[in-house]
Amino acid sequence: MRFKRAPAAEPLRTEQIILFRSSNQIFAISSGSVQEVRSVDSLAGAAKEISEPSLGKVRHAIRRSDRNLYVVNVALHFGLPPSAAMLIFLLRKSRVALLIDGIEKMTSMTILQALPKAFCHEEHRWYRGLTVLDQSVIPVVNPEGFLTAEDLSLLDAISATEPLPPSAPGAGLELNP
Amino acid sequence: MNLPEQLDSRSCVLLRLGERRFALAAEQVAELVAPSRIFRFAHRTPEIDGVILRRGRVVAVCDLAETLTGKRLATRRFYLIATRDRQSAMDWVALPVSGECELIRADLTPAGPSDSPHVAAWLSHDGEVIELLNLNALTPGPKTTPAPPEARA
Repeated sequence: MRFKRAPAAEPLRTEQIILFRSSNQIFAISSGSVQEVRSVDSLAGAAKEISEPSLGKVRHAIRRSDRNLYVVNVALHFGLPPSAAMLIFLLRKSRVALLIDGIEKMTSMTILQALPKAFCHEEHRWYRGLTVLDQSVIPVVNPEGFLTAEDLSLLDAISATEPLPPSAPGAGLELNP
Repeated sequence: MNLPEQLDSRSCVLLRLGERRFALAAEQVAELVAPSRIFRFAHRTPEIDGVILRRGRVVAVCDLAETLTGKRLATRRFYLIATRDRQSAMDWVALPVSGECELIRADLTPAGPSDSPHVAAWLSHDGEVIELLNLNALTPGPKTTPAPPEARA
């Protein structure tokens, strides 16, 4: 039996992505999923600490446009060692913000391969798939894989006891879709 | 039971994991390749070591040595790329091996009810009794559920 090359893709469609670092690992996220990039410092006064033992990856909430956004520590989400996070991605059409170490670069991908079927646990929710850039395999995160609806309800219930201060707009980099 | 019913002659690939040899059905073997860069990223499937890139495909690397021999491989000389049938789709997995592989033809004795699920059959070669591996039982992946009785009819 010959090992067949992956089937030729249909006309190449590119997707703009942001490569970012968390705990010395590189991940990719569709740039269309990121509404705004903020420095951690710019949200220091606006974020409220929250603590829910079952969701240790969420330590802060931000009030934006009459709703709470929850900041997920990406390193903790993926079970990686904690790292010095410097930036926050505010995700588009989402109540999730991602605490990351830094942006590596913006680029585009033409290939998104499904995770091999041998991966059979949470990673299927974590990633949209894998892309290949410069002969390296990079996982492409699923923006909806960080918090479930149940997680958000739980966090809403916790933060409902104390209102959050509104965060100042305009202190970050707004990304166009 | 007569002998012709018991034995089924098939092409098999012998692979070495440390001191022991195992076999895979030849039709499941796609390639034997030199070790290449392994890419690791966060995941929760402990049996998987990472992935390699092969002919444009991302292939999961699954080290069977610890499960089958109790020891991790000290050296990986090749990756045996094998196919698995998962949910009516083919899937590839790279198995690190510690020596040359050999294509043989051998008579198989079916596995018995007391054998481990990873044993598909037995074969005898060079005075050695060797397990023919059932990769679906040995490597992680979505569990294949048997079809309901009415669908099987």
